[in-house]
Amino acid sequence: MINKNNNLLVKLEKTGVYRNNKWLVKDVSLEVNKGKIVTLIGPNGSGKSTTAKIALGLYKDIEGKVEKFTDKIGYVPQKISVDWALPIRVIDFMNLTQDLTNTELNDALTLTGMNHMKHNSLNDLSGGEFQRVLMARAIAKKPELLVLDEPVQGVDFTGEIALYKLIKNISESLKCGILLISHNLHVVMSKTDYVLCLNGHVCCSGTPVAVANDKKYKELFGDDVSKILSIYEHKHDHTHSSDGTIEKK
Amino acid sequence: MLDDFFIRAIIAGIGIAIVTGSLGCFIVWRRLSFFGDTLAHSALLGVTLAVTIDINIAFSVFVTSSAVALILIKLQKKTNLPGDALLGLLAHSSLAVGLVVIGFLTFIRFDIMGLLFGDILAVTKKDIAVIWIGGALILLVLKLIWKPLFASTVNYELAEAEGMNPDRVNAIFTILMAAIIAISIKMVGLLLITGMLIIPAAMARNLSNNPKQMVIFSIIGGLLSVLIGLFTSLEINTSSGPSIITTALILFIFSLFKLNKRTQLNKK
Repeated sequence: MINKNNNLLVKLEKTGVYRNNKWLVKDVSLEVNKGKIVTLIGPNGSGKSTTAKIALGLYKDIEGKVEKFTDKIGYVPQKISVDWALPIRVIDFMNLTQDLTNTELNDALTLTGMNHMKHNSLNDLSGGEFQRVLMARAIAKKPELLVLDEPVQGVDFTGEIALYKLIKNISESLKCGILLISHNLHVVMSKTDYVLCLNGHVCCSGTPVAVANDKKYKELFGDDVSKILSIYEHKHDHTHSSDGTIEKK
Repeated sequence: MLDDFFIRAIIAGIGIAIVTGSLGCFIVWRRLSFFGDTLAHSALLGVTLAVTIDINIAFSVFVTSSAVALILIKLQKKTNLPGDALLGLLAHSSLAVGLVVIGFLTFIRFDIMGLLFGDILAVTKKDIAVIWIGGALILLVLKLIWKPLFASTVNYELAEAEGMNPDRVNAIFTILMAAIIAISIKMVGLLLITGMLIIPAAMARNLSNNPKQMVIFSIIGGLLSVLIGLFTSLEINTSSGPSIITTALILFIFSLFKLNKRTQLNKK
């Protein structure tokens, strides 16, 4: 395949995943370019993680086409649990898929504020601490593409702000592309280049401003929320039948 | 020196302990104990096959266990039966078929107890060669696939997303399991091989806080079990396999004391 656009890292064309008699997600097209942050938002079960996994090439048979133009990928999965039977320290986990120099290791852990715990066992970390380690591991080798699935879940409020700042800094300093899944609409709106609002399919997409003004977005998240922060509620302009097809109201 | 059966047994046992110690850790981490057990049960079929058509036992067991592993992976994809039911099905049917076939082979006298529980008298110079060469190959392959295998053990999707090939290393690991069963069956016996794989690793888990350390402790535990077990079996005239496994169990019980101390410290 020929990559006409040098900045293009990954491209999804009308991709969808059909499992157990229903569409997990359908008709998603997106591309992530160097130095850009693309954010996926949407309610639970709307196919955000599935879309991220399509981009990573984790699904074998999918509808549509996915093209990857880089092998240097850092991934922060949504859920990861390590069995007690497996003794593993932060430092072992950091080197899981890569071989880090001491400097790379310390730099990455310092950036996420976890360097003091590198000899601790993963099982002893709290949810938020584990999340920081996941983040440090993903950025340690300076990847070209970062896929972050809810990277700040369980992190305390100040830590959350710091981590989002870090994500922004990384995209600028490493010029890497970031595919971010987030619940935090505030951050999405201030730091993102492109937003896709999912609900089993792409409800609407565009720059944060364009999406915030999009009628479908307002219908999905409610009027107040489109003015950012606060609780969001869902108003759908359509329902989904059991096989995932869309029925307009 | 190698003419003494006991020396032969010790040399063979040391070779086996080094390999089972390292493979055993992965079996514990990946929750494959019952899988290993199934492969070991199918080894009986391999032994009868070897005797019938007169080929090397280790080779025949290796082929049979690998075949059973493949059938199992196929069945898992084809049926909706839970994994443990499939394992039980294959383990006991292959054991039963193996015993039935032995019944037909009336012209050969089988030492069934030796097959089930191991027999140090049976270890020949050729067996030692098979164990040490086979064992070295197993360890070499394990070292080569260590990184992707370990990464996919911790998290399959993470490993795959970051450019590793979990399916391939998982398949290779299954073959390694069949291989270690093949080379250690004479010594430990097919009913007890899983114990040799699991117990030293479980003991090592209680003592270690990182993967490499656990592998080293597991190997040491295996070596101690083999040495103490074999001497005991010589002294009090018991089968080699049960003596080795009993020693491993005693070591495991000792390791629990260390574990209790550590958890108490953590709670303080």
